[in-house]
Amino acid sequence: MIRALARTARAGLAPLEHLFTRLYGTAGNPFHQLGALSYLLFWIVTVTGVYLFIFFDTSLGGAYLSVEYLTTTQWYLGGVMRSLHRYGSDAMAVTVTLHLVREFTLGRYRGGRTFSWVSGVPLLWLLFASAIGGFWLVWDELAQYVAIVTTEWLDWLPNFSEPMAGNFLTNAVLSDRFFSLLVFLHIAIPLFLLVGMFIHIKRLKEARTKPERSLQWLVIGGLVVLSLIKPVVSMGPADLANGLAELRLDWFYLNVYPLIDRWGPGPVWGLLVGFSTLLVLLPWLSPVARASKQVAIVNPPNCNGCSWCYQDCPYEAIQMVPHVDKSGRRMAQVDPDLCTGCGICSGSCPSATPFRHVDELVSGIDLPGFSIDHLKGEVESALDRLQCGAGQGVLVFGCKYANDVTRLDIPGVEGLTLPCIAQLPPSFMDYLARKDCVSGIFITGCSPDDCYARLGSRWVDERMHKERMPYLRPSPTTEKITSWWAGAGERRALREKVAAFASAPPTPGGEGDDRG
Amino acid sequence: MTVVDPLRLCGQALLLALFLAFVGYFSDAPVYQHLEEDEAVVKISVRHSGALVGECHQRSAEELAQLQPTMRNQISCPRERSPLQLQLSLNGESLVDVELQARGLHRDGIATFYRRMVVPSGEVAVDVRLNDDQRQEGFPYRLQRKIVLQPQRVAVITFDGDRGEFDIQ
Repeated sequence: MIRALARTARAGLAPLEHLFTRLYGTAGNPFHQLGALSYLLFWIVTVTGVYLFIFFDTSLGGAYLSVEYLTTTQWYLGGVMRSLHRYGSDAMAVTVTLHLVREFTLGRYRGGRTFSWVSGVPLLWLLFASAIGGFWLVWDELAQYVAIVTTEWLDWLPNFSEPMAGNFLTNAVLSDRFFSLLVFLHIAIPLFLLVGMFIHIKRLKEARTKPERSLQWLVIGGLVVLSLIKPVVSMGPADLANGLAELRLDWFYLNVYPLIDRWGPGPVWGLLVGFSTLLVLLPWLSPVARASKQVAIVNPPNCNGCSWCYQDCPYEAIQMVPHVDKSGRRMAQVDPDLCTGCGICSGSCPSATPFRHVDELVSGIDLPGFSIDHLKGEVESALDRLQCGAGQGVLVFGCKYANDVTRLDIPGVEGLTLPCIAQLPPSFMDYLARKDCVSGIFITGCSPDDCYARLGSRWVDERMHKERMPYLRPSPTTEKITSWWAGAGERRALREKVAAFASAPPTPGGEGDDRG
Repeated sequence: MTVVDPLRLCGQALLLALFLAFVGYFSDAPVYQHLEEDEAVVKISVRHSGALVGECHQRSAEELAQLQPTMRNQISCPRERSPLQLQLSLNGESLVDVELQARGLHRDGIATFYRRMVVPSGEVAVDVRLNDDQRQEGFPYRLQRKIVLQPQRVAVITFDGDRGEFDIQ
């Protein structure tokens, strides 16, 4: 059921993503950087919040008036800041929700990603708590409603000694200290959120927290324009004798409040806690998680302790420990809980080279289900299919999460699919480029901005450009090699690229197309 | 030099505008109708200690001897307090009928109650009563009054334990 749900949601989301890719390009596609966008929006809300705090009066009588001053008298700056604060928070609710849904639909919540997935669930609560606390501070009719319903909702829990909602019976009951407490909470909870956001990405190598620059300015500019066109305004001042007939709810954060009104606090607690629990348990409920998981294994006799795999693992699943056989040397050790079985490590292993004269090619670190020896066998079969000796052909290497390169259906082109394109060691490219029957090697995979294994496409690019070990050894024949990254949905463009490459492959000494 | 495709730029602008319109609209719309025109809100809040359960008694010499020297108080009183019985009806229709236990591990704290109710506005006969001692029958504290619930306004019923009276604001 989980898989069917993910597939259905993916079917709904994918066309939208493809539309964005077509218009913004893969690098500028907001769907490829929803987490980074959430970080950007968090900082927008923080900076604007600091400005608002300077003018905010933490007294019962002054809170509403100080916000009104910012909104009307100082509309050109304070009003814009207030609107940016609100719209930034709202936009963050959207990006965070899409981030969660997208990761779910792509199955990115298991294995090495479990920690990030599970640690993201409390962040949802902290995000909502941060935002809801902000509504109270304005102390208008909306704040009054939110304060009353929130306290009634919390009072349902058995651990509060006296009903907090009793503090909102009449205007005379409230005190200035109440606002001081609210301001403290509205600063403290977002700080916890920030700490949680740091923990959320802690186990990811080079986690992206900044969106692409042009997208960054597009979002900031867009929110400023929205703030000027439709400035955020308060409702009437809070009056506890007022029953509050009509409310302009912020539906991004207050969507469960009407449910609390209708169902009562208990069922809404059940709904939210139940949903959160389901999210937390999802990595263990998934059918794929229960299936046998691919985990990289280390072969100590072939591991020289170079640590390239350690540096390349996107999930920090590899540690360097003292070598079991070679005194004074180190070797890799894999944490099976963190390993996603992407195979990037075996692609970075210097012993994973087809130039070695061995019966069975065993590298220092390998993926049991798709070993380097198996890759070598696949490559040899592909060469056979190209009928080496009878003519020339093009080899296309792709990854299983982007476009299927085995079904390109172009004469003289053979496709090979790997778990991740970075599992292909550069020495294999070199080895194949030296074959006369190979007229060209086309490397493709996920867009670097949306790589399933996070960093696979980027590592391949860097290896090909001598920026990362093991790099592609320069030789005249390596000019036969090109790379082109194509996100899901760019199958037709990929086919056209490969067809063009196959019809006019680069000649050693000429120029190749290399779109990184 | 990068060639700018005007159609692509328009598409980018359109998608951004749609996203901003989505954020701008749902940040305060559609309006949520919390109360209808002919509805009012009644809140009831009670915070009161029930009577002590049982009587105080003089400790005998034997009982005193069994206690630590610093704890030899002549009079021993039970800590547990009686639950409260609270009832509220409007125009004869029962809205609240609860038994409130005293808080604390030994049931020696105060008993509290709060509820917010949406009711039709207009003139209503309020009947609110409280019994704070389970050993006695009936309701020693009671208020019966006709009031007018203004549309979309709040009426608050509280109990003042010191004066032993209900109040409606």
